[in-house]
Amino acid sequence: MSFPSSFPGCDRKNMMMTTTVERPTSTTPRRDSLLKQVHEIGKTVLAIHADDVDRAARFPAESICALRDAELLSAYVPQEYGGLGLSVVELSRVCDVLGQYCGSTAMIYAMHCIQVACVTHHAQQSSFFRGYLKRLVDEQRLMASATTEVGTGGDLRSSICAAEIAGSRFKLTKQAPVISYGQEADDILVSCRRAPDAQASEQLHILVSRGEYTAVPISNWDTLGFRGTCSSGFTLTAEGDVQQILPTPFDQILSQTMHPVSHIVWASLWSGIAADAVNRARAFLRVEARKTPGETPLAAIRLAEVDQVLQELRHNVRGLAHEYQELLDADNPEGAHGFGFAIRTNNLKLSASQRIVDIVGRALLICGIAGYRNDSKFSLSRHLRDSYGAAVMVNNDRITKLNATMLMAHKEGF
Amino acid sequence: MSQSIGSPAVDVGVIREVIAQHARLGRDLVDADDVLDLYSVGLTSLATVGVMLALEDRFDLEFPESMLGRDTFRSIANIQEAIQSLLA
Repeated sequence: MSFPSSFPGCDRKNMMMTTTVERPTSTTPRRDSLLKQVHEIGKTVLAIHADDVDRAARFPAESICALRDAELLSAYVPQEYGGLGLSVVELSRVCDVLGQYCGSTAMIYAMHCIQVACVTHHAQQSSFFRGYLKRLVDEQRLMASATTEVGTGGDLRSSICAAEIAGSRFKLTKQAPVISYGQEADDILVSCRRAPDAQASEQLHILVSRGEYTAVPISNWDTLGFRGTCSSGFTLTAEGDVQQILPTPFDQILSQTMHPVSHIVWASLWSGIAADAVNRARAFLRVEARKTPGETPLAAIRLAEVDQVLQELRHNVRGLAHEYQELLDADNPEGAHGFGFAIRTNNLKLSASQRIVDIVGRALLICGIAGYRNDSKFSLSRHLRDSYGAAVMVNNDRITKLNATMLMAHKEGF
Repeated sequence: MSQSIGSPAVDVGVIREVIAQHARLGRDLVDADDVLDLYSVGLTSLATVGVMLALEDRFDLEFPESMLGRDTFRSIANIQEAIQSLLA
């Protein structure tokens, strides 16, 4: 099957004309007011559609369209290509804010930004990818990822499918158990073996664009949470020019960018979901407090307690985001390659994915039956269901085992 | 061990054996060049842990944290050089 070229209700041609006219000559003022703008989009678009997106397990077309209108799909693209050139630390905060309004939209945005970071960090030496980054800015293209594969047990450093290269052309077919928003993406970054006779771990990363691939669904996406990410499985068949192969081996892209950026932006949006749960608990308590002015409700003690956990979660995310940003600023990819940094990155994922469940659960106890209901403004149903996704997307047991292995070699503490 | 005190010549055969057993490359490197980039033929950073532990066992040494970078295990020649410096 081929995918539709635009979302219903989102006139991209018109949007592009508008934004071309309005694009500021310098992006610095935009960066300064960016979070305010993201909150505004969150309140006026994401929050409005979040429940319907969740209920129907549908792609949040209105929300992604709003992010496109604000040119946020190129937020991480360097300014020389027309992007906002955000740092990872700034990007992390954007994901946190989006998470406060719609977990699925925030997750889609975070996953898109991971792919943008892969190209930005590892492909600018190629004229094809420099051109691609400009197109991404102008067309606000949405990038998806096809890294996991049926038969590899979730091991990203192992591929079964292979690129078959003949002259300047390649073709490949991948059985992907999950391609989040695969039906809606403009481009997909696919990992595969570099040749049919290569080992499972000899991998390339290839960009395939709409029109160059077909994706036949092999599974649905009817899940507990993050329902709007529409992460169905597909048989992906693609072909293209060898220029579309990223000029850096996949193992380096994974360890230096995909792994750290994923866990930073995911933990950021989980923080946002957790923060909104705490905000709902606070709102509930304020209603209670108004009934007995001058007296703090007993359950507010739980608010004080959960606030501590939320602070720990956010500081954990910020700590690793800053550490990674320092490695990027120092142009020290080897630092991101080391076991120490990889272990700390995994620890962030493990810790954040458990804390989000803890925080939303505590908020639920504060809101009581009002939080348990689906039809209450204090409902925490979506937050709770989304929060359990954190531990199973890249399973925590697998990550813990990886850390256990690396800790056999790694000796120094941080 | 093949080397003796004062003559830290590292037995490359042992290194090749360790790589064959622990590097999980899925291919025979018996005739491979000593400077072949092992990462280019599929060595993963996780597999280097097994290689490192086996080398520590076989050569009765311990790699300090500072040597646990990607370059140390990049090739047979690099491993040999690293071990040589630890035995010197």
